[in-house]
Amino acid sequence: MSDRLSRLLGRGGLLLPLLLLCALPFYLDAFWLRIGLFSMAAAIGAIGLGLLSGSAGQLSLGHAFFLAVGAYGYVWLAGEPGPGLPPSLAALLAVLLAGAAGGLFSPVAGRVKGIYLGVATLALVFLGHHVLLTADSVTGGFNGRSVPPLELGGFTFAESDPELTLLGVPFGAEERLWYLGLVLFSVTWFTARGLLRGRPGRALVALRDSETAASVMGVHVARYRSAAFVVSSMYAGLAGVLLALSFRRVVPDYFSLALSVDYLAMIVIGGLGSVAGATAGAVFVTALPLLMTRYADQLPLVATPGSGGGSIGPTEASRYLYGAAIVVILLYAPDGLHGLARRTRARLRRRPPAAGPPPPSSPTTTAHPARAKEHTP
Amino acid sequence: MSAFLDNLLNGLALGSVYALIALGFVTIFKASGVLNFAHGSLLLLGGYLVAVLHDDLGFAGALAVAVLVTAAVAGALDRLLLQPVGGGDPHAAHVQTIVTIGIDIVLVTDLARRIGGDLLPLGDPWGDAVTDLGPVTVADSRVAAILVSGLAIGGAFALFRFTSWGLSLRAAAEDSEAAALMGVRLTRVRTAAWCLAGGLAALAAVFLVAFPAPGLERTTGQIALKAFPAAILGGMASPVGALVGSMLIGLTEAFVAGYQSDLHVLGEGFGDVAPYAVMVLVLLVRPAGLFAAKGAARV
Repeated sequence: MSDRLSRLLGRGGLLLPLLLLCALPFYLDAFWLRIGLFSMAAAIGAIGLGLLSGSAGQLSLGHAFFLAVGAYGYVWLAGEPGPGLPPSLAALLAVLLAGAAGGLFSPVAGRVKGIYLGVATLALVFLGHHVLLTADSVTGGFNGRSVPPLELGGFTFAESDPELTLLGVPFGAEERLWYLGLVLFSVTWFTARGLLRGRPGRALVALRDSETAASVMGVHVARYRSAAFVVSSMYAGLAGVLLALSFRRVVPDYFSLALSVDYLAMIVIGGLGSVAGATAGAVFVTALPLLMTRYADQLPLVATPGSGGGSIGPTEASRYLYGAAIVVILLYAPDGLHGLARRTRARLRRRPPAAGPPPPSSPTTTAHPARAKEHTP
Repeated sequence: MSAFLDNLLNGLALGSVYALIALGFVTIFKASGVLNFAHGSLLLLGGYLVAVLHDDLGFAGALAVAVLVTAAVAGALDRLLLQPVGGGDPHAAHVQTIVTIGIDIVLVTDLARRIGGDLLPLGDPWGDAVTDLGPVTVADSRVAAILVSGLAIGGAFALFRFTSWGLSLRAAAEDSEAAALMGVRLTRVRTAAWCLAGGLAALAAVFLVAFPAPGLERTTGQIALKAFPAAILGGMASPVGALVGSMLIGLTEAFVAGYQSDLHVLGEGFGDVAPYAVMVLVLLVRPAGLFAAKGAARV
């Protein structure tokens, strides 16, 4: 009985935030919804990268490239010039296209391991950027292309067509895309968890911890490595489609090395190898610069954008913050936000005796036992 | 013919500058197993220091200060931020690699903020002077790049070969545990390696932004990333490989840029990304680089 209760509660633990997320568009304005939308898109990409880097131990700096394949793939397939397919089909094909791009790279990805792969994937970002700039007819060159809105069975994810007002709240593009993002994010969340907890996940973790031992146990090293790469690219492609829909215009300069580094920062800050961690990291890295820009005038040390003169703008301030966050987290809490949360929960559950000395609260001391076990790429 | 010689010289000059950077990567990798993604920002730091100081100290003085400061910063980063990470974890070097990415974000953000949208001149003595060498005309800065890089690289190789530090470094790279048991102080060896790499990066900055490049800008650090393919081509753990890789990358870039009009299929500015294309092609054939020793896994 208690078992079933706890399982129900466990499910409720996911259901409650989901219901909350469903209710948000009725209360928040477009600014906050956009933050949420970008965060969900980033979370999808970060979960994909987490599969590859956190679980399979492969460092990838090419994530921006696969995001670009997804975004541009959708725009080209659904738009003019291009085949002009129905947008929903185009979105699906764009995800598959990103997977195929990952597959094409797999002769390298399957054999090059660890940090070498990080450098090899650098090549993808730079070559991809070059292609985006020069292949005018497909990508629109430097100025990019505008994104056709997604359409699903007569329902358009845009300002109108059909006009929609629910409970007195007009449903514009942000509100509609919010639910689309929520669905895609949930799908990502559950498929990634399923993958990680099942046979492939265990094989990948074995591969990360010891390649030799894993191959002796019957894990096909090159195949699993390439498969992890392909799956991670498909998640990136999906994130790219969602990003394109939210931005409504795609430009090559967005998909630069800095974007890849952002995604790496997300999974490191969140905690490698964890789906929830990747999500938390994605929200942190995505929301930080947007919030800082919005509240720049109220923050100390941060100047409003455009004031110039070598002052610290909001974008820079947030980059300082999360660059430092990577260093500090790896120094003191190598398993990231996810590990911190887990340890806090464990400590709360233990409930130390009231008379005893308080448990050490600094993360430095608690990080040690976990550090010995932690394997990160 | 003279166009060919032009491109050849350009490629050699470019390659020797990349060699300075790639040698730094390789030294760091040999000593600590870390792929230093903060190398570009160290290079930018060196260049920035020269740009700021050359008015007061003169070019040579500014360069000396920049090399020393960058070396010190690199050493300090290793000591204070990298060595404490990971402890006895066998994957510690991977974690430290990601730490360098964090460091790079902070350093590049700060330097880019200071540099802003400007192009900073470094005040080098070569300026835009050119010399006629038989049928070709070369910029003095190119000649200087080849000469100075040659000297610096020769010096670094002498360090590896003839000093006790070099011996320790090679021993530590071969088998760090055995080296430690033999009395090699691993932390010192690797900090010294970081210092050497930092100094080389600062030196490379000067030639990377000399004529005909317009000057130091915020994206200069990104050019240093092209030395990554060079180091990878050579197999990462081999200084000689890094040299060969750098020359290959430099020549490829110069020739692709030089014959751009014949290669217009590949799009404008393909020279900038050609090094990466070469790297992917080589990795397809030899995943461990051109000069890597064949590794056997022991269970």
